[in-house]
Amino acid sequence: MARGDSRTVLVLKRICRNPIALLGLVIIALYVGVAVFAPWLAPYDPLGQDLSKSFAPLSAEHPMGCDEFGRDILSRVIFGARTSLIIQVFSVLMALVVGVVLGAAGGYFGGWLDEFLMRCMDVLLAFPGILLALAIVAVIGPDLHNLIIAIGIYSIPQFARITRGSVITVKQNEYVTAAMAIGESHFSTIVRYVLPNAVSPIIIQTTLRMATVLLTAAGLGFLGLGVQPPQPEWGTMLSTARMYLRSAPLVAVFPGVSIMIVVLGFNFFGDGLQDALNPRLKD
Amino acid sequence: MGRFILRRFLMLVPVLIGVSVVAFLIIQLAPGDPAQLMAGLDATQADVEMLREKFGLNRPLVVQYGMFVQGLFSGELMSLRYESPVMEVILPRLGHTLVLALSSIVLAVLIGVSAGVLSAVMRKTWVDYAATVLALFGISMPVFWWGLLLMLLFSVKLMWLPSGGTGTLAHLVLPSIVLGTASAGIIARMTRSSMLDVLRQDYITTATAKGLSARLVVGRHALRNALIPTVTVIGLQFGQLLAGAVLTETVFSLPGVGRLLVTSILARDFPVVQATLVIVAVFFVLVNLAVDVLYAVLDPRIRYHG
Repeated sequence: MARGDSRTVLVLKRICRNPIALLGLVIIALYVGVAVFAPWLAPYDPLGQDLSKSFAPLSAEHPMGCDEFGRDILSRVIFGARTSLIIQVFSVLMALVVGVVLGAAGGYFGGWLDEFLMRCMDVLLAFPGILLALAIVAVIGPDLHNLIIAIGIYSIPQFARITRGSVITVKQNEYVTAAMAIGESHFSTIVRYVLPNAVSPIIIQTTLRMATVLLTAAGLGFLGLGVQPPQPEWGTMLSTARMYLRSAPLVAVFPGVSIMIVVLGFNFFGDGLQDALNPRLKD
Repeated sequence: MGRFILRRFLMLVPVLIGVSVVAFLIIQLAPGDPAQLMAGLDATQADVEMLREKFGLNRPLVVQYGMFVQGLFSGELMSLRYESPVMEVILPRLGHTLVLALSSIVLAVLIGVSAGVLSAVMRKTWVDYAATVLALFGISMPVFWWGLLLMLLFSVKLMWLPSGGTGTLAHLVLPSIVLGTASAGIIARMTRSSMLDVLRQDYITTATAKGLSARLVVGRHALRNALIPTVTVIGLQFGQLLAGAVLTETVFSLPGVGRLLVTSILARDFPVVQATLVIVAVFFVLVNLAVDVLYAVLDPRIRYHG
C-alpha cells in the first residue's frame, strides 16, 4: 500500500499549492461546520415568527434582516445549510453506490450486460438537467425524502458512465489479468484490483456532483417543488423572496449568496482536484 | 458518411422508445392511484372514475402505453387544462424556448471560446486566473438568483430592460444572459483545457519554429483542432439550456415549454407533462446526433468503421 499512500501525499501537496483549490476546501469545511452546528450557531428559532418585525432591515440584532413573517434570515440561512447538506450527501451517496455498481459491472463484464446498462443510462440522460428530477418529484410529491430520491436517480447515469469508462481502461492492465490467472473471483478482482485504480475520476465526479445537486435542489425549491415551507431551504426562501422583490429586495440576497458560495467552493475544490489527480499535468 | 449517420440514427431508436416508456411510467410512480393524482384531492369519485376511463388507467400497462404513444401522434392525447391536443399546447411554446436557447448558446459560445483561448494562451498569468475564477463563478451561479439580480438592477432600478414578457429583442437580452452564463463558463473551461492540450503538440512547436506569428499559430493551427472537443460540449450544453429554460422562463414569465412544464405540474395536467418530457428529450437526442455528425466532419481522424 506504500504506493497508494505516496500518491495520496502527492495529490494533497498539489492541492495545497493551488490557492483556488484550498479556498474551495475552506469554504466546504465552513459550510459543513455551519450545517452540523446549526442549532448552536443560529441566534433565533428559524421558524419563530414575529409579524412586528416583518421585513425588518439589517441590524445588530438581525444581521441579515427579517423575512415577510419577521423570521430571522440569518438563522434560516444557517439551518438552510443543514437542509442542503442532507440533500447533497444522501442523494450523491445513493447515486454513487448505484452508479458505481452498474458502471463497474458493465465495464468489467462487457457484452450484452454493458450494452443494456448503457442504453438504460442513455435513456435517463436523454432528459436533460433538472427535468428528470422535476418530473419525479412532481409525481411522488415534494418533500425532503422524495427530493433526495429524485435527485439521486437523476445523478446515477453520470456515475455509471464515468465508472464504466475508468474500469474499461484499468481492466486492460496486466495486474488484472494476473489477478484472474491466480484464481481471484470476479467480485474480488473488481473490488481489490480494478476499482481502487479507477477511483480518481469517481472522486472528481463526486465533488463536482455535490455542486450540481445543490443547484438542482435549490432550483426545485425555487419552482415550489422542493423542500416545502416553512422548513428553511435556500431555493425555497428565494421563491418567496421573489414575490417581494420590488419592495424588499434584500430578502433575496443572502440565500442566493449562500448557494453561490457553497457551489463555488465545491467547484473550486473539484477543479483543483482534477488538476491534482491528472497525471498529464505534471509540473 | 451516409452509412455512419444511418447507423447512429438506428441506435437512437431504442433510446427514443426508452424515453417514451420512462415518460409514460413516471405517472405510475405516484403513491396510490394515478387517476386520483390527476384529478386532485378535492375531486369527486365520479371525476376520478371518468379520468380512469378516459386514460384507460384500469387497463393493463402495455395497453395504456400503446394508448399513450398513439395518442401522442394522433392528437388524441388531450391536455386536461386546455382541453385541446397536447401537441397543440406544446408546439407553439416550443418556438419561444428554442429562440431563447439559441440566443443563449450563441452568447455562451462567443464569450466562452474567447475566454478559453485567452486563458490558454496566457496560461498562469492574471488573465488566466481571472478567466478561471469568472468561469467558475458563472458555473456556480444559481440561474434563478442571477435572473433576479439582473432583473433587480436593469429592470427595477435602472429601468433599461423589461422584466418579463416577449416580443422584442430587448425582452430577450436578460433571459439570454442569465441562461447562457453557466454554459459560457463550461465552454470556457473546456476550450482552455483542449487548447492547452493542442498547444503542447509537436506541430505547434514546428509552426512556431518556422517563425509563424503567434496569432497565426493560434488562429490557424491550434484553434481549429482545439474546438473539436468544444463542439461536443456545446451540443450537451444545448440540452442543459432546454432544461435551464424551466427556471429562466419562470423568473422572467416567458411563455415557453419550461414554464408550461412547471405550470402543468402544479395544475396536475399530466398528459402535457409527459408529452413535454418526450419532446424535449427527442430534441436533445437529435441535437446530440447532429453534434456527432459535425464531429466527424471536423475531425478527419474520426471516420467511422462499420
